[in-house]
Amino acid sequence: MNWGGVSEFFAMGGKGLYVWGSYAVTLLCIAIELVSLWLRRRAAEKP
Amino acid sequence: MLSATPQTASHGINWFKYASPQTFFPVAGALAPWFAAMGAVLFAAGLYIGFFVAPTDAQQGESYRIIFIHVPAAWMSMLIYLVMAFWAGVGLAFNTRLSGMMATALAPTGALFTFVALWTGALWGKPTWGTWWVWDARLTSELLLLFLYFGFMALQAAIDDPRRADKAGAVLALVGVINIPIIYYSVQWWNTLHQGASVSLKSAPTMAATMFAGMLVMVFACWAYAIAVALWRVRCIILERERRSDWVAQYLKVQA
Repeated sequence: MNWGGVSEFFAMGGKGLYVWGSYAVTLLCIAIELVSLWLRRRAAEKP
Repeated sequence: MLSATPQTASHGINWFKYASPQTFFPVAGALAPWFAAMGAVLFAAGLYIGFFVAPTDAQQGESYRIIFIHVPAAWMSMLIYLVMAFWAGVGLAFNTRLSGMMATALAPTGALFTFVALWTGALWGKPTWGTWWVWDARLTSELLLLFLYFGFMALQAAIDDPRRADKAGAVLALVGVINIPIIYYSVQWWNTLHQGASVSLKSAPTMAATMFAGMLVMVFACWAYAIAVALWRVRCIILERERRSDWVAQYLKVQA
């Protein structure tokens, strides 16, 4: 285990902005792709 | 009714059977959820290893943890391009409809991974090199890859006839393949700010075993995710392009 507590985990040794900025945007991209696929499928399946 | 399936008397699996969109459609639908589930489990495992098992890096501190998405995303951006160009080339050579559809289905996901590689690279570069961006060979060629994906998608979107769009896209995709070895070897061919490969097929990885394990799990997670998303997208493309065929009408009737 690397972290002494929750706040230490989010601080990432002072590099939190870079680390979480990377992961947040990646997650956002995946979310956008999945939602847009879902919408595309709904439109394609409309008779 | 005419069947697109060639009736050959060969033994074993007739792979050409799966080259028909109609037969591939349910196969893709059955496979996609398994790859999606695999991806979700592997992402969770990879992030757990990355944040709770892998130690703090002696030189970079915690900012190195960006590696667990940066490297898998960068590898995927190149791999997806190669697979996309392969299918585009197959479609061009054999005139199989499904190949072109696969290429089209892969492009947005390839662009996504390329963007993620660039974005996480910028956020990793700032604390490590002191700059978000430099015009060095590795970064510039990866940016060119993003524009190749965008160009491929824009070109296909601009052509109404899907078969002609496939052909035009295939030519662009195949010409763009030259960029992949340029990206891969850029750190050797040119003097770049970007570091050389920490992982290669010829030697042991130059990083802690748990770091490497976390990265590898994330790579497999990305593979599973990309396969699931590509299969889902190719299903949409099949429905859109084959709208006027009997089997799609039948499928939509059952769905409604």
